[in-house]
Amino acid sequence: MNGWKDIPRAGIIPNPGNAVRYRTGDWRTFRPVWHPERCIQCLLCWVSCPDAAIQVRDGRVVGVDYDHCKGCGICATECPDKAHALEMTREDEARGEV
Amino acid sequence: METAATAVNPAGRRAALTGNEAAALAMRQINPDVVAAYPITPQTDVVQFFSSFVADGEVDTEFVTVESEHSAMSATVGASAAGARAMTATSANGLALMWEVLYIAAGLRLPIVMAVVNRALSAPINIHCDHSDAMGARDSGWVQLWCEDAQEAYDNIIQAVRIAEDERVLLPVMVCYDGFIISHAMQDLVVLPDQAVRTFVGERRADYRLLDPDRPVTMGPLDLYDYYFEHRRQQAEAMSRAAEVIRETAGAFADLSGRRYADLETYRLEDARVAIVALGSTAGTVRFTVDRLRRRGRKVGLVKPRVFRPFPGRAFQEALAGLEAVAVMDRSDSLSGAGGPLFAEIRAALYERAVGPGGAVAPGGREGRPRMPVVLDFIYGLGGRDLDPEQVTQVFDQLTRVADTGQAAGGPVRYLGVRE
Repeated sequence: MNGWKDIPRAGIIPNPGNAVRYRTGDWRTFRPVWHPERCIQCLLCWVSCPDAAIQVRDGRVVGVDYDHCKGCGICATECPDKAHALEMTREDEARGEV
Repeated sequence: METAATAVNPAGRRAALTGNEAAALAMRQINPDVVAAYPITPQTDVVQFFSSFVADGEVDTEFVTVESEHSAMSATVGASAAGARAMTATSANGLALMWEVLYIAAGLRLPIVMAVVNRALSAPINIHCDHSDAMGARDSGWVQLWCEDAQEAYDNIIQAVRIAEDERVLLPVMVCYDGFIISHAMQDLVVLPDQAVRTFVGERRADYRLLDPDRPVTMGPLDLYDYYFEHRRQQAEAMSRAAEVIRETAGAFADLSGRRYADLETYRLEDARVAIVALGSTAGTVRFTVDRLRRRGRKVGLVKPRVFRPFPGRAFQEALAGLEAVAVMDRSDSLSGAGGPLFAEIRAALYERAVGPGGAVAPGGREGRPRMPVVLDFIYGLGGRDLDPEQVTQVFDQLTRVADTGQAAGGPVRYLGVRE
């Protein structure tokens, strides 16, 4: 890491949009698993996600960005009950650690 | 009328002003983008006079009335972060209420300029002069300039803008002057033409502006164990570099005004045996007493610090080495059991000089090191208690006794003017 002579003063961040480089996915305890066959493409999960971690292409949900999803579960809560396309599962189980 | 001062500076004009009027006038001539302030005795009429300038359209300033000093400094921080030239003023408990935001102003490296009209801190409540307020803020990361009179308050506020905004510094500056003694006493001083001040301070050119949509930045993000230390180190470096910028600015100001400022002013020190170090208006009382005692053949002198942050340790070493005894006048008490703040730092600086660079004893022991004076601390004037030339004479008498006998019975810390 750079020393004090080589970093912007006062903690100023002069290059915007760099939060993408900060991988917050490893904070996750529960993982949302998306079931495309049940998804009705209402996009409520995409609207609700505080970390912009629902991946959308051409107006359709295509998956979850696990590098940045912190596992809050809002998407699964907002997903309509009749669809039930997002389910929270234990992260350690999803990784095969237990 | 042609006077000595206007002869030096044909563009200047004489004016009879109180310290607060002089400070408000300096602010009018600087014409800052934003002033956010809350009134407190004895600073009140700085804000009052300045708000009249705003109401009368004499400045372009956005004047923000706030509900407390915490908000005053917070609004000033916000304005400065947005790229504005922002100023404020306060005293005593108002400065204390700004406390956390003082550190934020310094930590964000915002070149705010603030007049601090020195007043005692509560409790017991007191509205009169001592230096407890600014001395308490001595480690907040602000540059501190101290003034002997209204002329110096005016001159230092103008210089402070250039010092603060210099890219080598980018630190806030407080300009300290004694409550009532300077703030409310009328003085004959020389003021510069408006245009000369505006040219001297120029435009603020902030490299990062919080409200610049074309170049968005984040200021004040969470800064943990991986970077915070480096940012504090940068602040320390900026404070060290401020010393040369203060001197350069003083040179430019001397060219403009004919008035020359040093980090320390020394008076009749050349052949002095003993000297008094005094901040603020007390320096004037000491200078008067020095002249009186010199007429009686006493070898006495004065050292008046103008800059306390960054601490001019080397200048103190140069000024005081070779004297036999020195009294440091502290108009505040650290309540540390070990004397006042000015005393503690000056004595530490002399220790370095006495034993060698970095505190190491030079090869061959202490032979050849300059002899260091005995240093006494006189805590005086708390809560506005007056100090007169007779008391200053007593201090010089004590110093002379110490110099004659080499004995300082009773320890180095003394209280002057308190009823026993």
